[in-house]
Amino acid sequence: MIHFVLLLSRQGKVRLTKWYSPYSQKERTKVIHELSGLILARAPKLCNFVEWRGYKVVYRRYASLYFCMCIDADDNELEILEIIHHFVEILDRYFGSVCELDLIFNFHKAYYVLDEILIAGELQESSKKTVARLITAQLVETALMFNL
Amino acid sequence: MNPFSSGTRLRDMIKAIRACKTAAEERAVVRKECAAIRSSISENDQDYSHRNIAKLMFIHMLGYPTHFGQMECLKLIASAGFPEKRIGYLGLMLLLDERQEVLMLVTNSLKQDLGHTNQYIVGLALCALGNICSAEMARDLAPEVERLLLTRDPNIKKKAALCSIRIIRKVPDLAENFSSPATSLLKEKHHGVLIAGVQLCTDLCKVSEDASNHLRKNCTEGLVRILKDICNSPYAPEYDIAGITDPFLHIRVLRLLRMLGHGDADTSEYINDILAQVASKTESNKNAGNAILYECVETIMGIEATSGLRVLAINILGRFLSNRDNNIRYVALNMLMKAISVDSQAVQRHRTTILECVKDSDASIRKRALELVFLLVNDTNAKPLTKELIDYLEVSDQDFKGDLTSKICSIIEKFSQEKKWYIDQMVKVLSLAGNYVKDNVWHALIVAISNAPDLQGYSVRSLYKAFQLSSEQVSLVQVTIWCIGEYGEMLVNNVGVLQVEEPMTVTESDAVDVLESCLTHHSTDITTQSMCLIALLKLSSRFPPSSGRVKEIITTHIGSVVLELQQRAIEFNSIIQRHQNIKSSLVERMPVLDESTFISKRAGSSQANISTEKSNQQLPSGASLKLSNGVAKPAASPLVDLLDLSLDDTPVPTSTSNDFLHDLLDVGLTNSSSSASGTDILMDLLSIGTPVQSNTTPENGSSIKGFNDILPIAKPNTATVQVVDLLDGLASNGSHPGAQSPVHPSITAYQSSTLKITFSFTKQPDKPQVTQIHATFMNLSSEAYTDFIFQAAVPKFIQLHLDPANSNHLPASGNGRITQTFTITNTQHGQKPLAMRIRIAYKVSNQERLEQGQINNFPPGL
Repeated sequence: MIHFVLLLSRQGKVRLTKWYSPYSQKERTKVIHELSGLILARAPKLCNFVEWRGYKVVYRRYASLYFCMCIDADDNELEILEIIHHFVEILDRYFGSVCELDLIFNFHKAYYVLDEILIAGELQESSKKTVARLITAQLVETALMFNL
Repeated sequence: MNPFSSGTRLRDMIKAIRACKTAAEERAVVRKECAAIRSSISENDQDYSHRNIAKLMFIHMLGYPTHFGQMECLKLIASAGFPEKRIGYLGLMLLLDERQEVLMLVTNSLKQDLGHTNQYIVGLALCALGNICSAEMARDLAPEVERLLLTRDPNIKKKAALCSIRIIRKVPDLAENFSSPATSLLKEKHHGVLIAGVQLCTDLCKVSEDASNHLRKNCTEGLVRILKDICNSPYAPEYDIAGITDPFLHIRVLRLLRMLGHGDADTSEYINDILAQVASKTESNKNAGNAILYECVETIMGIEATSGLRVLAINILGRFLSNRDNNIRYVALNMLMKAISVDSQAVQRHRTTILECVKDSDASIRKRALELVFLLVNDTNAKPLTKELIDYLEVSDQDFKGDLTSKICSIIEKFSQEKKWYIDQMVKVLSLAGNYVKDNVWHALIVAISNAPDLQGYSVRSLYKAFQLSSEQVSLVQVTIWCIGEYGEMLVNNVGVLQVEEPMTVTESDAVDVLESCLTHHSTDITTQSMCLIALLKLSSRFPPSSGRVKEIITTHIGSVVLELQQRAIEFNSIIQRHQNIKSSLVERMPVLDESTFISKRAGSSQANISTEKSNQQLPSGASLKLSNGVAKPAASPLVDLLDLSLDDTPVPTSTSNDFLHDLLDVGLTNSSSSASGTDILMDLLSIGTPVQSNTTPENGSSIKGFNDILPIAKPNTATVQVVDLLDGLASNGSHPGAQSPVHPSITAYQSSTLKITFSFTKQPDKPQVTQIHATFMNLSSEAYTDFIFQAAVPKFIQLHLDPANSNHLPASGNGRITQTFTITNTQHGQKPLAMRIRIAYKVSNQERLEQGQINNFPPGL
């Protein structure tokens, strides 16, 4: 399973975190600190997997953002790379050519997207179209509610 | 509306925070916002709660504490509108985790939302439950989730399935309830539901054996059909990734098939075909295809596959290994480790490629490759592999050197068939990376060298050569110093030269030079310097002409500020100056260390470090100096235990030291459970004799024999007490003419403020060696003693037989006495006098007391 998802900027600022395993507030800060040091220091040509504390962390860099996912040692790393890409493509579709600023100012929407892709650390939907449809429907729902 | 309420919109707050130039500014802004939010919350401001939580989440992401917002999340969740619920649940998932008790309060809201008519709200609740629920919540809400698994809406269904996964993980007992709904999920057409369903089934198999069997019987066919469909399906735009239809579903199904086929021959046979099809058909130029192939290979390795399929799998791995993409190579190395157990021959074929990976620039790949190489080593390829690894050790990165060194050392140790090869490789490793070599590794090297007498000359010469080149490696220096000390004369006289060696002349002064340079070098640590000192002492005995020079060197450290060095310098100096005749026996060659004991001891306890050169370092007093050198080895364990006792760094009292002490004294020690007291007794016993005087009896080697006799050799004819030659110092106290007079005056053997003991002697004229002693105990204090026990220890040449005392209650103030008789047989009557060490234990007003003493004033002629 995926234990947590982390989005880091090049400077080490956290843009999004989602935890599927119990980590206390202090532990979360520590983990983020450790992983930023580990991942941001890696040279570009190296492989996308880092072994950390007995888990594996799969990361991929998109422009100025690092998308990291921590998985168990026996999970399929290449698949997680695909899931990361899946997530990024859906974000792209939703925001229309997404950039880091979009994710900063609309982080709650990024969370909504993530919640349609992963639950309990497992993949929920493999079709980008379906995810997009669901998000839009809920947007409509929100708009309707506000009008009422 | 409160003028102080958070009027700023989310966007504005984010802009403000981003505009801060320093951390202090940011903290100020955040503090202001938090205050506003807190006041807004306390006023129950409905309009802005949505915005407040969003702001709070942002602040949380920056790393600031936000627990005051938790109750607000709960309120939002409980409100009726969809947007409020949504942000409330999001806040909940971010700001809380399952260990907080506040979470329990949400259970009721969740229950209501799970039954809501609006499917999106149900979705929200399922999502929140799936991400964050605790075990109690899982138990409470499991029936709801079960019901939802059977709805028609695929969105709800897939969320419910994933939520069930979490429930099963938290409460494995509930797995049975989910078995049948899970199987029905597999008949769906919607990919989202299928993926979730397959994942649920996989987790069920992990948790419950019954579910596993149930699935195996009912679902294998269905799964294979699913896989076939997506494998053969034409282009489906909705699910297409890199030309493959839904690789995620591919991978999930393959994984489930692996769980079902594991250990079950029938299922494995059934899925053979589809696996072969997937393995051969999938294209591997894109990551998605490689991910599927990877999972396929894992599945093939995990089930009872046919050999043809296995060959296919290993070929795929071979292709991966030569791929230029680092990710693929990493994954291949990972898989190969598992493949070794399946088909190690095939993996051996890729050995060269794997070795190349050890030298890769990527740290993750290097690590994996090294582990794989370690698994690949066997007797045939150990030598070339070690050579390659050592060559690489020279150029490897600093952070990698540690791992690499320990792996190389393990390989060398496990697979060395000849001692010479072992010594060669270890010398090389020490020269290249001695600072990373663990202590027990080079201790093992020393044990090996001491066990190989024909190679000792060769070893010391190789070490000497290596030292000239790499003297910054501490372990190398330490081993070299020890060897030069021990085998110095072999070095200088070219003893035991092997054919492969080049001729080399080393003079005595060269050897002393080496030690001197180590001693005086600025970066040498205390341990090494201590080792240098003792090695110099050894050399002063082995190279008599250099003794003067050695003495000078040692003398320079008499004023050292480090206690250990100062002590050693003074003691050794005194030995060289005043005790030349025993010097050579002191620093005789070390006894051969028993390798098997060493290995088993090392495997057994991590504390007890029995390398003798360590004991060399721990010489707290002159008495034990006699102990650790030139000690014969009647049995391995007493030697080892003896060294244990003399080590400073075994604070944990081991049972071995207890036993040993028992052996040593065997006077019914009842409370010597702490090694401290044990050591005291031992040290006290050993220091009984005065330090060696120059007028000892020479030649017959009795003094040496005395040292050798320190350990008890179990005599089959022992009386109740084993005797120990502890008091050897006494033996050197000059000779005593055998006094012939049969009258022996009584003596006051022991007197303290609380106790007095007198001995009176009787002897039979025809048995000069046997003496009967009557001991009288008198209580000098004003309180009575109870549980009075008298114990005695004697040197080894004396036998002691204690009769029981007449009572063990001693009234106060000398009002009564206890008498006890014992018989002494002095086997060296006329040559050595009697000596005895006594110990009295008694209770005074329910407190235990102990007195010890030593009796030296036996009349002569006993």
